[in-house]
Amino acid sequence: MGDRFVRLKVNNRLYDSGDEAPDRTLLAFLRNQCGLTGTKEGCASGDCGACTVMVHDERGEKPRSYTVNSCICPAESLRDQSVTTVEGLGGDGVHGELHPVQEAMVACDGSQCGFCTPGFVMSLATLHEEVRDKGMPEHPRKAVLDAISGNLCRCTGYRPIVEAGIRALNNPDFLTRNGTEPVSGAPLSGSMEAPNEPCSFWQPGTEAELQGLLSANPEARLVAGGTDLMLEHTQLFRRLPKLIDLNRVEALRRIELGPEHIDIGAAVTYTEMETAFADIAPELVRMLERLGSRQIRNRGTIGGNIGNASPIADMPPFLLVMDAELVIRDARGNSRTEPLYEFYQDYKQTTLQPGEYIALVRIDRPRPGQWLRLHKLSKRYEDDITTVMGAFLWDAETGLRVAYGGMAAVPARAWRCEQVINYGGTAIPALDDLTIERACAALNETFSPIGDVRASADYRQAMAASLLGRACRGLKAFASGEEPEEELHHHG
Amino acid sequence: MAEQPERAAGKASPHESARKHVCGSARYIDDLPVMPGMAHIATGQSPYPHARITHLDLEDVRRYPGVLDVVTQADIPGKVDVAPVFDGDPLLAGEVVEFVGQPVFAVAAVSMEVAQRAVAEARIGYEPLQAQLSIEDALAADAHVLPPHEMRMGDVSTVISAAPQRLNGELYVRGQEHFYLEGQVGQAEPTEDGGIHVIASTQHPTEIQHLVAEVLDIPFNRVVAEVRRMGGGFGGKETQAGPIACMTALFAHRLGRSVRYRMPRRDDMVQTGKRHDFLNRWSVGFDDQGVIHGLDLMLAGKCGYSADLSQGIVDRAMFHADNAYFLNTARIEGLRCRTHTVSNTAFRGFGGPQGMMAIETVIEDIARAIGQDPLDVRKRNLYSPGRDETPYGQTVEQHVLPELVERLEADSDYRGRRAGIGAFNQKHRYLKKGLALTPVKFGISFTVKHLNQAGALLQLYTDGSLMINHGGTEMGQGLFTKVQQVVASEFGVSRDQVMVTSTRTDKIPNTSATAASSGSDLNGMAARDACQRVREALCEFAASEFRVEPEAVRFERGLVVIGEREWTLGEFAELAYTHRVPLFATGFYRTPKIHYNREEGKGRPFFYYANGAAVSEVTVDTATGEYRVERVDILHDVGDSLNPAIDIGQIEGGFVQGMGWLTTEELLWDKQGCVISNSPSNYKIPTAGDVPADFRVSLYDRPNNEETIYLSKAVGEPPLMLAISVWAALRDACAATTRYRFSPRLDTPATPERVYWALRECETFNREGDSGGHG
Repeated sequence: MGDRFVRLKVNNRLYDSGDEAPDRTLLAFLRNQCGLTGTKEGCASGDCGACTVMVHDERGEKPRSYTVNSCICPAESLRDQSVTTVEGLGGDGVHGELHPVQEAMVACDGSQCGFCTPGFVMSLATLHEEVRDKGMPEHPRKAVLDAISGNLCRCTGYRPIVEAGIRALNNPDFLTRNGTEPVSGAPLSGSMEAPNEPCSFWQPGTEAELQGLLSANPEARLVAGGTDLMLEHTQLFRRLPKLIDLNRVEALRRIELGPEHIDIGAAVTYTEMETAFADIAPELVRMLERLGSRQIRNRGTIGGNIGNASPIADMPPFLLVMDAELVIRDARGNSRTEPLYEFYQDYKQTTLQPGEYIALVRIDRPRPGQWLRLHKLSKRYEDDITTVMGAFLWDAETGLRVAYGGMAAVPARAWRCEQVINYGGTAIPALDDLTIERACAALNETFSPIGDVRASADYRQAMAASLLGRACRGLKAFASGEEPEEELHHHG
Repeated sequence: MAEQPERAAGKASPHESARKHVCGSARYIDDLPVMPGMAHIATGQSPYPHARITHLDLEDVRRYPGVLDVVTQADIPGKVDVAPVFDGDPLLAGEVVEFVGQPVFAVAAVSMEVAQRAVAEARIGYEPLQAQLSIEDALAADAHVLPPHEMRMGDVSTVISAAPQRLNGELYVRGQEHFYLEGQVGQAEPTEDGGIHVIASTQHPTEIQHLVAEVLDIPFNRVVAEVRRMGGGFGGKETQAGPIACMTALFAHRLGRSVRYRMPRRDDMVQTGKRHDFLNRWSVGFDDQGVIHGLDLMLAGKCGYSADLSQGIVDRAMFHADNAYFLNTARIEGLRCRTHTVSNTAFRGFGGPQGMMAIETVIEDIARAIGQDPLDVRKRNLYSPGRDETPYGQTVEQHVLPELVERLEADSDYRGRRAGIGAFNQKHRYLKKGLALTPVKFGISFTVKHLNQAGALLQLYTDGSLMINHGGTEMGQGLFTKVQQVVASEFGVSRDQVMVTSTRTDKIPNTSATAASSGSDLNGMAARDACQRVREALCEFAASEFRVEPEAVRFERGLVVIGEREWTLGEFAELAYTHRVPLFATGFYRTPKIHYNREEGKGRPFFYYANGAAVSEVTVDTATGEYRVERVDILHDVGDSLNPAIDIGQIEGGFVQGMGWLTTEELLWDKQGCVISNSPSNYKIPTAGDVPADFRVSLYDRPNNEETIYLSKAVGEPPLMLAISVWAALRDACAATTRYRFSPRLDTPATPERVYWALRECETFNREGDSGGHG
């Protein structure tokens, strides 16, 4: 293809790729181009975390470090950022001082076969960077579990790894030792600028640039986090010859918290939403903590979650009960607004036309007095794809709104069910047993879910009703000021 | 920095590669430098579970840019079958394919991605044939990969019909995907002698050596198989690494260049064998105290299309169908069902866990039938003096469990918590807690007698550094660490003075697989034997040189000590060398006392038993079936531990792996015979968040009665079965909704969905009374 090179800063050194390949993963770049084989491939689908590396984003006011699954991250997307791999932390295993996380992992017997270990080390070392900046978390164990939620270990049973994570956080030396200077930040020799050759991985900075690229390259695919798209490359071995990266389009990267509305740019990551919604919608944040893993949330975006139109995507049920609208633009700069419930047509089909892109998602700002409940069911508590997701929102004006994921070919509002419940008026929920029973019957009329690898159709059907029943009981308790019924506590 | 040169064995100390693991410098096969011109492999796979190939056109595959070579079965110069014991596993399919994913042809190309893309260009015609996809299908068709086998003790049918109470039941236990983090991988390099140097991620290098030689039709001595470490094995790299290695060797032989084959995760999950599903059916007779009078049990394993190791696996399920309980009379029938699915294989426990699930279900059903706490029924049935004969004729000699269970019951406050749970369950409408204590007794030895042997090679260099090599392989379990500790202890030096190097068939020949928890028992003893031979040579030399008795020479504190005189080991080795003393030796070990007559189903197949018990507490959300494991207490018998840190790691890791098997890990096939749990996105092994914060593990400190290496016990497999306590606790929580009058059927894995349906069965029981039975 030409003489255009990817150039990345890894462990404070510059590395060039030999050739251009827009779909080359960061993992392939590290292992094949840099010879850094400490980062492992366990699954090539972002599920196991053996490929976890630390990315330093030095743009903006506050540089920050975060973990990514390098196996599904296009190397090109990190052009002006830098990367730390396990080789960049401490010694080489025979000589040199270890990073406190590495030391703690040895001391706590946190490795057995060792294959997943570099990924765990990077997740925990990134947590350290964060603690250095923000101070000790209130619940260190919870912070460690969050950091390693995307790392699988098949040998240890995790106890020693969690212990190592906590021990390293508590290492009093850690904030002062040389070995733990921020791993980013050393000045670079050489230029980060890639030669200005024609390329096929574009990183527009504005919507106008994006629109220009879309009209010139109608066949190009849009990529944001890549946590779904890249699987076509790593699992099906397809080429993705032209990619337009949305991560640099400033307008798509913002969350605007207005007094009435909240606009969430399509390229906003889940991690960024967790921060932005911490006070506004803690129930959403609790759900986000189970969406993918920390690594996935650092890359995955709300636009991607909506756009790939999966029936089991985790954001849509919430957005549907929030009556979210999408702002969709096209290559010519035309803009249209569409309610989310009209966006989904059929399985993996939306109203999005060629040349169009989702620019932002608009929801009403959550109001005091509203009641929101999101219940995600999955086989495994952490980092699992949803079996059924129920979303329930009540306020005095609109009554109860209900939406589900996993119950139909698309995420969907349960309109009939809502009518039954709100029939007697929206202000005071009249949630007697008969009404709930009728509402459940309405669910059965509305949905005929499928059985698949995650659950049977019968279980899904039963769960839609079960979650509705629980939501109604919860709402009743809320309305009457009673204690809600006790639920399972995870991460106790 | 030398560690205290005290006796290295028995000390909690880190894995020999721990520092390399955390730095990413421990090398796995895919991390080795890529040789110039190296070729990479992909295979074309059958889309049908059973079909005749009518047409095979690979021209477009050959023409695909970057493809170097394409092979079918006809291109294999030597033996086509790469089965471990019984024939039936062609390296590439012939006229007939027998499972979805079976390799039909293979491609070597400049990269793995190119090879994968090229595969899609094949044009193959199939004529689908009748397929059996389930155990039920196979039973109906009377299809077995090997003949049924039976163990008998007494006249069980008479005893059961005469027993005061009787129950029948059935349980379906699903298999398990190994999900070693490092997928299957191998690499081959042609040698100047027309041979192959193969580096494989394998638990069984000797088998790789033999298979490669047979496939290429060359003598064994032309092939070297090597493995430094695996990124996890768990049984999944005992036989399953063979075809990968053979494929690399075949292409290396044909192309004259080095070849690497790393299976993408999806191929690995589709093409390699897993733990067997089992359908277990029983009838049991017992008395009013719940004491078993007789058990008639059928264990039907889903073997897949070929035998692989299913002979031993179903046998081991049968050997563990008693778990820790005296059955009095028994008939245990083992069936090896032939299905058109991937051939199932070894997985930590090797059938034992599936056998134990049957008896643990039986015990619980008995307890519910007589209205007692399952723990009391378990205790009453434990082997004890006088009630100590197993269905296969071995006498249980060490009665560890009665005392171990008592201690765990007390330490975990089982009774107090049982009362607390009663109160909790009364108070909560939707949440129910469950509690269970389950024991494990696991037989240690390969049940094929001749496999119980091992060799080692010890080399002492003239600077005093030692190198040990043995036939065992390192897959994370800490075998190399333990053997290093043994050598260090024998010479009284610190661990870092001892190098443990790659397992290679040109150093130690004719090795057994590192399997059956036997690694340190066998190789530790062989290494000690080698050490003792070198020490003897040194002592004899000292005796003649310094005119002392050989016994007067001591190896301690890193020194060789004779009376008042001291040398470093290096000084003494140098001295011995100049006096022409051999400073290397081989060691050998064969396990004593064991014998087994399979025809009669009687003997002493196991040198000894490893024991343990666990208490698990769970909370279940009865509205959804979701649950959480709240607390786990384990007390486990490892004899005199060689390394408590490593043993605790094995116990915890085994427990969590077993918990995954019984809870969230669900292997599923569709009606066309395709594995649909084919990726970590739809096959869920436990994460850190699934492990209870309150997880208490203790070692039961008591030396092995048998003469094992420093009186330790094997630890690899037994702890996996401690996780049966989690499943039993989930069932206990379900039973709580019936006031413990009824145990619902709870097939495994007990996913939230299965728990939910079990709870509905409890509702039916509450509504309709006992007529529902035990389904």
